[in-house]
Amino acid sequence: MLLRTAWRRVAAAVPVAPGPKSDAPTRGLRLRVVDHSPQSAVPSDTATAPQAESMLRPLYMDVQATTPLDPRVLDAMLPYLVNYYGNPHSRTHAYGWESEAAMEHARQQVASLIGADPREIIFTSGATESNNIAIKELEAAIQPDTSLVSVMTVNNEIGVKQPIAEIGRICSSRKVYFHTDAAQAVGKIPLDVNDMKIDLMSISGHKIYGPKGVGAIYIRRRPRVRVEALQSGGGQERGMRSGTVPTPLVVGLGAACEVAQQEMEYDHKWISKLAERLTQKIMKSLPDVVMNGDPEHHYPGCINLSFAYVEGESLLMALKDVALSSGSACTSASLEPSYVLRAIGTDEDLAHSSIRFGIGRFTTEEEVDYTVEKCIHHVKRLREMSPLWEMVQDGIDLKSIKWTQH
Amino acid sequence: MAASSRAQVLDLYRAMLRESKYFSAYNYRTYAVRRIRDAFRENKNVKDPVEIQALVNKARRDLGIIRRQVHIGQMYSTDKLIIENQEKPRT
Repeated sequence: MLLRTAWRRVAAAVPVAPGPKSDAPTRGLRLRVVDHSPQSAVPSDTATAPQAESMLRPLYMDVQATTPLDPRVLDAMLPYLVNYYGNPHSRTHAYGWESEAAMEHARQQVASLIGADPREIIFTSGATESNNIAIKELEAAIQPDTSLVSVMTVNNEIGVKQPIAEIGRICSSRKVYFHTDAAQAVGKIPLDVNDMKIDLMSISGHKIYGPKGVGAIYIRRRPRVRVEALQSGGGQERGMRSGTVPTPLVVGLGAACEVAQQEMEYDHKWISKLAERLTQKIMKSLPDVVMNGDPEHHYPGCINLSFAYVEGESLLMALKDVALSSGSACTSASLEPSYVLRAIGTDEDLAHSSIRFGIGRFTTEEEVDYTVEKCIHHVKRLREMSPLWEMVQDGIDLKSIKWTQH
Repeated sequence: MAASSRAQVLDLYRAMLRESKYFSAYNYRTYAVRRIRDAFRENKNVKDPVEIQALVNKARRDLGIIRRQVHIGQMYSTDKLIIENQEKPRT
């Protein structure tokens, strides 16, 4: 404590937090960036500028891929990574009891966020495992007329909100099970499994400022939804998912859910404000920009824009100071355009030109402004180089062109 | 313990803001400052002393979280973001 106070007095002259003076080895990918003014047209590959080179990290605008841990979540987890390391299934000693208590508290926190009973929450390794459990239920069903509807609550590529309550009502009336992958929606929009008649729901920790490697599946008890376990073993989690429940991770998931419940309205206001700012500024400064996804039923934090006559990958590479994505992370290795965009009827060429901007709890106005500025600059630059753009400027209708074959 | 006075609430507010400025991660730092300001502003007209005490207790717990997490963040800090060089340091 004394050391900190002394250090604090020394650092008091500098209001900003000190730079990297940590003992821990830095593992980050260090960008060598030349610190040039925004007006410069050339990206920093050519080391012509005499300015000092500094190691700087890009802005993070890819929250649909994953989110940073909220400090409140890490704070909740740490005790279980340091001292309270008991196995929650150990019934015979205090280490086990305290770990179990933490696990059950986390279960209550998750249940509370979605209007469920804690007995309806099973911890898993993530939304993918939860999805597999839910779908496998279909195979376990014996009756020929049993079926399952599975829909994403909020799409991770274009941010569209599906009409969950309506789908739930239809499924319930037809006696069909209704599953939703709520990974991108939990903690961001209000969800109630009873109001929306949801039977199964997948939850992901690392999409809501919680840790990676943990999630949950909500399985309705009334009326009972039967699922078959994917993973068999010691019978943990009511036999539906064997394996020691990772207390630190589920504590993190629970804390993330509780924080999300408290912050949902505030976050939504902030994110909507920034999303409006981003889209307005871009649309105002650039022609031929299309926002993908229904503008009315849309989660503001996921903005997918197509910039006509610009190749999406080249724009992403140009925007190297900002961490962005085109389409979803789970398919980013392949070069195929997004199946989601194709499904909503986007033209092939526009589908290749799409970029996804992710705005989250920790995004700042300055980050949005910087991203917008760089985006406008590079789109203009790339269009200048595009022969298609040139033809469009000359008034040629691209759809009327008969491309010859070579 | 007597009910929290206006002076105590203000002290807590200042302590939280001061501590938050030491987050080495840009995004945590900016969020904490913004959230604290907005939360105290939102609750400034609360009159019920029981509610005030509950809010003050929560704020004290949050101040503890901030202190610990600032410390941890500094032990594991990394390079600044591209945006931190362009604008003036205090965000």
